[in-house]
Amino acid sequence: MRKLLFTGSLIAAAIVSQASFTAFAAPADDKLVIDEELEMITRAKSVEGHPLPEVISGWHFRTPETRAIESDSFQNPGMLGVEQGEEIWNTVEGTEGKSCASCHDDASVSMKGVGAAYPKWDADSGKPINIELRINKCRVENMGAEAYKFDKGGQKPLTAFIKHQSLGMPVALDLAAGDMQKWWEQGKETYYRRTGQLNLSCASCHEKNQGKYIRADHLSQGNVNGFPTYRLKQNKLISLHNRFRGCIRDTRAEFPAAFSDTLMGLEVYTTWRGTGLSVETPGVRQ
Amino acid sequence: MSRFLMTLCGIAATAVVQFAVAAETAPGDVEIKNLSIDQPLTDTAGDAVSGKDVFSNRKLGNCLACHANSDMKDQLFHGEIGPGLDGVASRWNEGQLRTILVNAKAVFTEDTVMPGFYSLEVGEDVRENLIGKTILTAQQIEDLVAYLSTLK
Ligand code: HEC
Ligand code: HEC
Repeated sequence: MRKLLFTGSLIAAAIVSQASFTAFAAPADDKLVIDEELEMITRAKSVEGHPLPEVISGWHFRTPETRAIESDSFQNPGMLGVEQGEEIWNTVEGTEGKSCASCHDDASVSMKGVGAAYPKWDADSGKPINIELRINKCRVENMGAEAYKFDKGGQKPLTAFIKHQSLGMPVALDLAAGDMQKWWEQGKETYYRRTGQLNLSCASCHEKNQGKYIRADHLSQGNVNGFPTYRLKQNKLISLHNRFRGCIRDTRAEFPAAFSDTLMGLEVYTTWRGTGLSVETPGVRQ
Repeated sequence: MSRFLMTLCGIAATAVVQFAVAAETAPGDVEIKNLSIDQPLTDTAGDAVSGKDVFSNRKLGNCLACHANSDMKDQLFHGEIGPGLDGVASRWNEGQLRTILVNAKAVFTEDTVMPGFYSLEVGEDVRENLIGKTILTAQQIEDLVAYLSTLK
């Protein structure tokens, strides 16, 4: 059975790559059901003010093999990161002798829905805060531990673990809180700003040309609902700000620092664009 | 060698350098008239074989990222962002092809996603080591024009 399925998907892959030579390749007509029980929302009518009529998860733009890996949590290598995150959740660190669990107990209860609603307004810093920065805030203020550096220490696995507690829940931001709207606007400007020697914006690839191939890559809408995602090419979890920086670098531009105001605005705006899609963390991508 | 001779050689060398520079139109000096650049950008005629390499090479034109081209069937993965380039030389003449390559915006409006390959009108925050530089050299543009002209 397994073997037969595998051969089937190989043939399908061959058809897809041939089609890429000539025809417009639409997002795959398929359903993402995790472990045959949790159906994910991978297509949704977009929110008011969105330039596209429908938002589509990046999952639809991947090959049949990659899609299959995400639908099976035993096969999804990103789940190892989630398990690692669970260990960190329960590990005491810092001068206060506390772990995350000391304050938040069972993450499946206390963190359910959290990942679907971030970034949130943080009145203390007067800025939006994402999961990575929220973790750092807890480490410094409540645990007496050092903040994680970007992509270092437990940052990616712990972020993946927390977001995974919202698996399947639709993304919904509160833009009415604090100055969130202002950051949304600033993020939108970044999204449409053409950068680098190649003179391209996010919209050039993910809005205008979504669904088309750019060499071997099938361009998605650049939605962020699967982050941190597991990238098969790199064999590891990839954080959202790392992806942002990679895409900007590809336009041959200098890229902003992780968690800079520019990229925080972009996170607010791109998360909003994916409103209604299920949190897929850890998504699996090529 | 006498001092006199050395000076003479110096003058000759300077002349050669100046000649080489004068043989290439700088990006800011390219003249576009009626959507066409009629003057080649260099004195050396374009070479279609080199142009074919510039077309497919990911570090040079990487044109295949966006354009399918049946002449390169041996290469996997042709992009779909721009139109396929089969028969492109029957749709555009040499001067027009040169313009599309130098600065596609001059032909297809500001909104096009095709980069300007010999233009300094670029995006913001250009990577520091690329500031003031064009994606391709004048000679690579001429080679590409020669190559595209074979796609009839
Ligand atoms: C030159 C083309 C190009 C530009 C410009 C570009 N991207 Fe991408 N991006 C890609 C490709 C190719 C991929 C991998 C395939 C995919 O998921 O679309 C990708 C993937 C992504 C993903 C991952 C999607 C997923 O489902 O995992 C996100 C998020 C993203 N881009 C955001 C952005 C943002 C934000 C910008 C602008 C700052 C941007 N991109 C600019 C080409 C581009
Ligand atoms: C990032 C995408 C992209 C890249 C890279 C790119 N192009 Fe284009 N090209 C386009 C688009 C899009 C158009 C169609 C004009 C439009 O709609 O803006 C186009 C149009 C053209 C045309 C006119 C085609 C016709 O049939 O009318 C030619 C010729 C051309 N490109 C050649 C090239 C060459 C040669 C290269 C590499 C040096 C190249 N392009 C790189 C996107 C691209």
